Amino acid sequence: MSKIENKAENGSGEGVEKGTADDPKDDKGLGLGVIFFMVAFLVCFLSGWLLFPKLLYSKKEQPFNFDHKLHVAEVGDCETCHFLREDGTFSGLPSMESCLECHTDEPMGETKDEAIFAREYVAKEKEVPWLVYSKQPDCVFFSHAAHINGAGMDCITCHGPIGESTTSRPYEENRITGYSRDIWGKNIWGIKKHSWDRMKMDDCAVCHKKETGQQGYCFQCHK
Amino acid sequence: MKVDRRSFLGLGLGAVAGVVVSPVGLKLTDDSSIWTQNWPWTPVPVDGEVSYDSSVCNLCPGNCGISVRKIADRPVKIEGLAGYPINDGGACLHGIAGLQYLYDPARVKTPLIKKGDKFEKISWEDAITLVAGKLANIRKGGAPQKLACITDKTQGSVPKLFDRFLTAFGSPNLYTMPSLESCLELTAQTLHGNGNTLGFDLENSDFILSFGAGLIEGWGSPVSCFKANASRKKRGAKLYQIEPRLSNTAACADKWIPIKPGTEADLALGICAVMIKNNQFNSSTFKDGFNRFAIMVRNKYAPAKVAGICGIKVADIEKIAGQFVMAKRPLAIPGRGRGRNGQSLKEFAAVHTLNCLVGNLNQRGGAFVMAKNDYLSFPEAILDGVAEVGAGQEKLAGSVDEFVTKLNAAGKPIVDALFVYNANPCYSLNEPKRVKQAFKKVPFVVSFSSFLDETAMEADVILPMNTFLERTEDVPSQAGLTKNVVGLIRPVLKPVFDTKDPGDALIFLARALGGSIAQNFDWETYADCLGDVTAGIWDSLSENGHVLVPPKPFKEFFEGPPDVDFTFLATNPSTVQAQGDFGLTLIPIDNMRLLGAMPADSPFAIKTVSDKVLIGKDIVVEINPQTARGLKDGGDALLTTPVGAARVKVNFNEGIMPGVLGMVRGLGHTFDNKFVSNKGVNVNDLIGPQIESGSGLDAAFGIKAKISKV
Repeated sequence: MSKIENKAENGSGEGVEKGTADDPKDDKGLGLGVIFFMVAFLVCFLSGWLLFPKLLYSKKEQPFNFDHKLHVAEVGDCETCHFLREDGTFSGLPSMESCLECHTDEPMGETKDEAIFAREYVAKEKEVPWLVYSKQPDCVFFSHAAHINGAGMDCITCHGPIGESTTSRPYEENRITGYSRDIWGKNIWGIKKHSWDRMKMDDCAVCHKKETGQQGYCFQCHK
Repeated sequence: MKVDRRSFLGLGLGAVAGVVVSPVGLKLTDDSSIWTQNWPWTPVPVDGEVSYDSSVCNLCPGNCGISVRKIADRPVKIEGLAGYPINDGGACLHGIAGLQYLYDPARVKTPLIKKGDKFEKISWEDAITLVAGKLANIRKGGAPQKLACITDKTQGSVPKLFDRFLTAFGSPNLYTMPSLESCLELTAQTLHGNGNTLGFDLENSDFILSFGAGLIEGWGSPVSCFKANASRKKRGAKLYQIEPRLSNTAACADKWIPIKPGTEADLALGICAVMIKNNQFNSSTFKDGFNRFAIMVRNKYAPAKVAGICGIKVADIEKIAGQFVMAKRPLAIPGRGRGRNGQSLKEFAAVHTLNCLVGNLNQRGGAFVMAKNDYLSFPEAILDGVAEVGAGQEKLAGSVDEFVTKLNAAGKPIVDALFVYNANPCYSLNEPKRVKQAFKKVPFVVSFSSFLDETAMEADVILPMNTFLERTEDVPSQAGLTKNVVGLIRPVLKPVFDTKDPGDALIFLARALGGSIAQNFDWETYADCLGDVTAGIWDSLSENGHVLVPPKPFKEFFEGPPDVDFTFLATNPSTVQAQGDFGLTLIPIDNMRLLGAMPADSPFAIKTVSDKVLIGKDIVVEINPQTARGLKDGGDALLTTPVGAARVKVNFNEGIMPGVLGMVRGLGHTFDNKFVSNKGVNVNDLIGPQIESGSGLDAAFGIKAKISKV
């Protein structure tokens, strides 16, 4: 016979009497409830803030480190490698063909990263499978030409001072969407300090509103 | 302190509140919305540099120039090539959907060999060794003429290589599928002598008398015809369309003249009779038989008689003749529908005779008698003893239809091996079941095909071919054009599957056979061969993608009008009649949205077909309400002909003559392609061949039929 059934047989009046909220002696139960509430609130809130991002994003390393600073010093600017094609489309990350304008399968320097590049990719005629921090979802159309040539913007406004980096930071991939953490921004609350901290639609809209007076229409980007 | 219900309630509420005020909710909502808008399993085309390749479309004989848009070297779109002499930027729906053929479910991806009822994969080396072994045995038997071949056309280096292969092998048995081009060549040969073909200057004519030619239904070079038709209003040119049904061409013509099916030749000769009676003709170039012809048409094709045969008024015949004669640049064009299937030499000759009588030959806006293309110069064929024996043999038949009939009639195999290249006779010839029977009587059939279509299914070995987007080939313009353009098909991507250019497959096979056959194919690759045999124009062809031959205006090129020989028509060859005794006549309808046989339609093209043609999987038959007693518009019916029967839907159409049933051509494929096959009925299944005496052509314009409610 279970405890519940036992209770039913013995009569439950006693329990009811002791458990009434009107009894000032029973405030301890409520106090414990408040403590439980506070603890659960804190644990969940802190988990949502601190632990959730760690679970949401997986960290991936780039195929090898890329030293932007060194390359900018060598070639002088961003546009040598990330250029607009004649038809206005943006080349994005340089293909192996572009790299081979300077590189060969003999490393030019002595870093182990360049050795990987030469051995694994140049020699094997493979494209480097870079993980693109700024890759937007496929339902978004974005014209670099309109922003660079039309609006006269520079690369840093959206991409930050990546040209000054000497190593490639880990790529954090959203396990649900498959896109980079850079789109939402490092800050899980979506708070940004710099224009390049986030690349969400609202960030586009804020700048468009400021620069053109209106946010723009849906179909301008969502073709 | 005691942990009770309220404690747990506090715990739960605290957890919920903690999660709600944390970023989890907002972030997960955002992420899930992104996820649902970008399903990870939906393929997304790769991004990359945009480039354009120029080539030539080979889906029909039109041979339009195309520009293929590529992203990161992957073709993504086909457009018409601006400035190309045939289509100048225009493209038809089949051309723009051409990329679908690359990934067609019915593509043959690797060489196949039939084991029992199934095909098994085999390597190219093994397939070629097998075919070469079988062919070598035929030669050992001393009867090399027992190898036959069916191709789609005669012009261009690839058909010439098949011809060369058969010559070197020792067989005269090369047959081509019926086409507008072969009908025009035959007509030119009959009226103007060997080595000629005909072209029609549609874009400069001011009065086009079309005997059923579907100018906007795929006749000739479709895009070129669209343009010529579209410019008529601006030029003030008139179009009179003579056919039993109000086709799209008839609908946009200045006048539709409905006549009974199969009486086009009679009407043309009736108009000739009127012109001769009124002495309205130019006889300066008439060579032989004109007097006999004039007497014949006066006796046999007097307007009163013709009016009865065709079902039109005598006054109309005289009026048409008058307008044709009075026009500044009149032009009569033959070839019902696409001008491909079921055509008659008598009809072609009779219609073209109108051009000869009116004196528009080699005149602006008229009919052009042109020398056939001769830009190819192959080294002289080397024949060994066996080939010499075969070379002395007679061809088994005059046409592919006659060839099929003879295969069926023979008790034991009269052919030991058969090649089929780029043709689908088991679908597109009339009564395909007899073609399949004939194929079964051939011990060894080799199909050179890109698709596992009805004919490839009948083969013992399939050698898979590159599609027009993956291969190199020269394609001379034909299709009734007055321009002589040689286009160059260039590969716009590497072959998607383990397929080859037809020329390379033949070189491979010749090499495996060895001896004199290999000597005739002494090229490393087909590309080398093409450079060699087109040496005179290769530089320009490879640089510009096409060559206009001759580049000069026609007046400087043609030396006066050619001679006309009337002896064929003077004998009044008999007109083919529809087979059977039923009360109605079923005619096939050519529709621009359906390519027909080779290749079958793309999934895109099938989707564009109207519900007046195909409803779900049911084909729609057109019938005039006057003839449709007992039937219901949109209802089901059983259509019966002497050859077969089919369940159809009925469409009441006042635009078709009473007594005539119209069924579209190009549906009812049966091979394994879920997008294209098992939709409607193949009209050829319902029509039996009617071989025209003299030409050997299957001239069945239709068949007698009955229709009843089910």
